[in-house]
Amino acid sequence: MNLTKNDKPASILVVDDELSVRDSLTKWFTEDGYKADAASDATEALKKLKPGKFDIIFLDIKLPGMDGMELQHRIKSVDPNATIIMITAYASVDTAVKSLKEGAYDYVTKPVDPDYLSHLVSNVIKQRRLASENIQLREQIQELYEIDQIIGESPAMLKVFDLIKTVAPTDTTVMIKGESGTGKELIARAIHSNSPRRFFPIITVNCGGLTEGLTESEFFGHEKGAFTGAQYRRKGKFEMANGGTIFLDEVGNIDPKSQTDLLRVIETKQFTRVGGDEIITVDFRLICATNRDLELAVKEGKFREDLYYRLNVFSISIPPLRERRSDIPLLCNYFLKKLAAGINKPVTGFSSEAMEQLKAYPWPGNVREMRNAIERAVVVAKGSAITVEDLPIPPSSKAVPEDQSLESVERVHIKSILDQMGWNITRSAEILGIDRATLYHKIEKYGLRK
Amino acid sequence: MILYILPLRFQDNALLVDLSSTLSEVFKLPVSILQRTLPLDEGYDPVRNQFNSSWILSRLLKLTPEESCKIIGVTEVDLYVPVLTFVFGEAQVEGQVAVVSSYRLRDELYGLPKNPERLKERLEKEAIHELGHTFGLIHCRDPECVMHSYTYAEEIDFKSKNFCTSCAALLKSKKNKFNHMI
Repeated sequence: MNLTKNDKPASILVVDDELSVRDSLTKWFTEDGYKADAASDATEALKKLKPGKFDIIFLDIKLPGMDGMELQHRIKSVDPNATIIMITAYASVDTAVKSLKEGAYDYVTKPVDPDYLSHLVSNVIKQRRLASENIQLREQIQELYEIDQIIGESPAMLKVFDLIKTVAPTDTTVMIKGESGTGKELIARAIHSNSPRRFFPIITVNCGGLTEGLTESEFFGHEKGAFTGAQYRRKGKFEMANGGTIFLDEVGNIDPKSQTDLLRVIETKQFTRVGGDEIITVDFRLICATNRDLELAVKEGKFREDLYYRLNVFSISIPPLRERRSDIPLLCNYFLKKLAAGINKPVTGFSSEAMEQLKAYPWPGNVREMRNAIERAVVVAKGSAITVEDLPIPPSSKAVPEDQSLESVERVHIKSILDQMGWNITRSAEILGIDRATLYHKIEKYGLRK
Repeated sequence: MILYILPLRFQDNALLVDLSSTLSEVFKLPVSILQRTLPLDEGYDPVRNQFNSSWILSRLLKLTPEESCKIIGVTEVDLYVPVLTFVFGEAQVEGQVAVVSSYRLRDELYGLPKNPERLKERLEKEAIHELGHTFGLIHCRDPECVMHSYTYAEEIDFKSKNFCTSCAALLKSKKNKFNHMI
């Protein structure tokens, strides 16, 4: 939580006469994404101080010249809003209490436990942010994040974009339906990134990969010793998603017991870790995805009806690639540009035959399959354009013609076999299981040419 | 660019070989294990019974064979920086050197049975994390990103060995920037 208002990194000043303390603390804070500066004494610290310049000031109680307590007063007179944390070399309760009474936020004793330091700073930042958070300011930030990574101009995809924009700013549960590889996770991330929860994490759970015993622990975490192998207390995904979004991929695959658990946590926003009794309350937005027909699963008694209605509040269906063929050239060029740049290879386009093949292929694995195919093609391509030979997809024989009549399929298949056999009529006829005369007849009938 | 691993009082050669191949895979760079000796005695604090990681970094800087390389020291000793009770590792942000310790990553330190596989995973994550700093990456808020900072050994198990989308993009741009400079 290293954000202050406007998402600028918090600024921290370390005032300590020991070089090693200044160096190690500024380095630690820099690694944490904060803007850190240091001063070795009160004079240097006051020179650097300006109202609003530092969010947090770590101040050594023992300083040469003006001591930390005196400096604390001076700092407060320049910047009353700065949060001051005293550093002491020993646990002196008297001095610490005195500094707290004078307005210090807290004190730390050297050497500091890193976990304590992390939590202390993150709590200060969180408090400062909450205090200064301006809802009106946030509403002005209407930029659309990540949505530009979803490519498509087909009417079906434009409808999907509209749905994302409509539902993103709300807290509504979203169900994303689509075949494998259509980019359901990308849609979930776009919704999260355009929601007021975007400053908090989106946590993905692949429910398809969870066994019955594992789901509860994965969702809700477990206490140490809760079961064999639970050697540590572990946070669950719902706890990790607190404040943000939890994305349950392949939600149709969860077992009946976990369906009940899921229903409960959606309704109450509360749960206990496995083996624990502490009730944990979480604030999350739920997005689910499935490639199964959940309505059918409900009818077959494999998926709880009440859970289905809780998940299916706002539904977005992503069309498979074969139903939005007009997007294929756009997607191919997008992936080519991105992937070629990634490996610094000057591949800039597709041969017309390659593009025809890409447009005709049925893409059963959808966009994911296309991305992988183009990635491989970019790697093996020898010239500036990707050719049919570079593509790892089957030749056009397996492509689905626009016209799927038996005649059309036969025409494409015969042409493909002839091409593969170098128009050797005897061999082609053998493979096709017809005699040479019939093959000649079909070549003539379909007007096939080399 | 090449990544060097320098064993510093580190006995488990098999673990180093595994680490070497993981780092090579993650950073897509050649990795080599340096066969050099760096005495650590001067960095030892007898009162704390720990070794000063900042001191080790300053010594590693003197060892860097060439500009276009990064070195990560891998050690079994317990590390500290003066103001903190301990560190798992330390790195020069956007620099050339890093150090990582397996000392507090071992289950047996917490009274648990030895778990070599878990130690290997944790060491890999922390080494990737520290090297990430040398490429200019800072701590990430994504709890599953390897650049997320955890201060308990068991919490390291929460995160993956991977960079999140933002950190991966930043790493890529930093690597490209570096390649243009040399």
